[in-house]
Amino acid sequence: MSELTLTLIKLGFLAVLWLFVLSAVSVIRSDIFGTKATSAPKPAKSKQKAPAKAKNRKAPRGVPTKLQVVSGPNAGQSVPLGDKPILLGRGTDAAIRLDDDYVSTRHARFATNGEQWFVEDLGSTNGTYLGSQRITSPVPIGIGIAVRLGKTIVELQK
Amino acid sequence: MTTAAWVPRKRRGAEFFLTVLAVFIGIAAYASVGLGVEGTIPADTYKLGGALIVVAIATHLIVRKVAPYADPVLLPLVIALNGLGLAMIYRLDLGRRQIDPERAAFANSQLVWTAVGIAAFAGILMLVRDHRRLQTLTYTFGLAAIGLLILPLLPHFGRTINGARIWVNFGPFSFQPGEAAKVCLAIFFAGYLVVKRDALALAGRRIMGIDLPRGRDLGPILAGWLISVGILVLQRDLGSSLLFFGLFVVMLYVATERPGWLVVGAVLFGAGAYFGYLGFGHVRVRFDAWLDPFGDPDRNGQIINGLFGLAHGGILGQGWGQGSPQLTPYSFSDFIAASMGEELGLTGLMAIIVIYGLIVERGLRISLTCRDAFGKLLAAGLAFSFALQVFVVVGGVTRLIPLTGLTTPFMAQGGSSVVMNWAIIGLLLRISDQTRRPAPEISTFASDEETQVVKLS
Repeated sequence: MSELTLTLIKLGFLAVLWLFVLSAVSVIRSDIFGTKATSAPKPAKSKQKAPAKAKNRKAPRGVPTKLQVVSGPNAGQSVPLGDKPILLGRGTDAAIRLDDDYVSTRHARFATNGEQWFVEDLGSTNGTYLGSQRITSPVPIGIGIAVRLGKTIVELQK
Repeated sequence: MTTAAWVPRKRRGAEFFLTVLAVFIGIAAYASVGLGVEGTIPADTYKLGGALIVVAIATHLIVRKVAPYADPVLLPLVIALNGLGLAMIYRLDLGRRQIDPERAAFANSQLVWTAVGIAAFAGILMLVRDHRRLQTLTYTFGLAAIGLLILPLLPHFGRTINGARIWVNFGPFSFQPGEAAKVCLAIFFAGYLVVKRDALALAGRRIMGIDLPRGRDLGPILAGWLISVGILVLQRDLGSSLLFFGLFVVMLYVATERPGWLVVGAVLFGAGAYFGYLGFGHVRVRFDAWLDPFGDPDRNGQIINGLFGLAHGGILGQGWGQGSPQLTPYSFSDFIAASMGEELGLTGLMAIIVIYGLIVERGLRISLTCRDAFGKLLAAGLAFSFALQVFVVVGGVTRLIPLTGLTTPFMAQGGSSVVMNWAIIGLLLRISDQTRRPAPEISTFASDEETQVVKLS
């Protein structure tokens, strides 16, 4: 095996090694910034779904600005929504102190990732319900969706 | 529209492309070792290449089937590292046997362990369908970690190799349970801290600008950690105790968001290092070798050889099979980074370090985007343990910090390390599959489905 071939093999191997590293980086890069290509068909998809949802229930659009207690002992109270998570419960650190015997001290938390609001049960005794379902993990919620904690019902409003 | 919404994509095609490249790197490395050492491509290249291709396709298909949204880059990066490690171990076998034909060869056993590791990886992906299930086993994993660490101290099983009693005999194989304990401990820390982090961060007294939590909140985790580090010190496995300590401090910091923990950790580490220096002879030897290796060339031969190897490699390296990394003791395990540096040069070693960096980056990104706190903490802990391990080993070999015995993940010879690191990648892929999945639909319910409070009296 001549010196030259071995040098070429050495350089070739290093080149392939770096090619691999750089293509891994480019996959990561397109993973972060590569949403443009797929963002075009996305509106079409949501157009398809929007009418179907409208039949079931009017789905109000827009950005929620407050969390409103719709029914229960504290009906009528509300908190403005910001970036910070909102805690509901009977405890002193809750955003709205619910005077509801069926609500735990730290019952549920509403949090946002900037686009979407989520409700998360904080291990309450009686649970947090969306419709008939008791939630066990953070669940995304939209405007006008009733969330029940104990005897209290809250929802996001515009 | 202000920001483009993040669209979940599977990216399995990109993963396949990268996997093909990674497998090619492994086979090319193996073939060029043969060309460099003996002038011919090794006769069993086809066999090994075939095995590698089959294994890569199998893992790819398994990921496609059970974790379709998992991170596309992690698996190829790991396959590439593992391939490079196997080729280097084979190369060192050839080199060391030229010195003395009686010396043990490790390439075959390492290949078998890699296969076991990939089986563990597949097993974890298939058995653990949702990583949150692990949280229910928090204390089980904590106890398992302590049990695994005690195992080598038991009179019948334990074996002492090179002054450290960290091996367990298992029929013809010996296993290092500390590696498995690392994963168990990470799960235990994550599960415990998720539940207690509010109490740890908020309840407690403030001493010297640092919020110290209450004893009953910190107690169990501190006990678990003290027991494991204590056992490791008894076994004289300082590298692993450093790793566990770092894991503990960083997970506490991530969970409580209090930078004070890093200060406390650094102070405790400084004190530990100082007393280690005073108390343990071999710590002093390591320190002296770090500060002045040429002061006693006979005793510090290993580190000096490693440095000469790196210098011999230079920018582009000597090429596969053409350096002499076999002259360094433990060139196939502790000093495999120096062996790589000699044969692939700074260029190759930097590529390897970038690959490690990318693995850590993916781990931390999984942790950032993960939707539940347990997964976040676990991914951050596992990614950090990787980063710390590579930093300690490569830093030790290049004399940035004192040399400590830890394994270079995926490359160094050592069965337990390879198997458990594959298991870690399995866990990370499982978490990332959960994370990158499309978010569940926004729930809309017809009003008659809703629950209501019914008056009974």
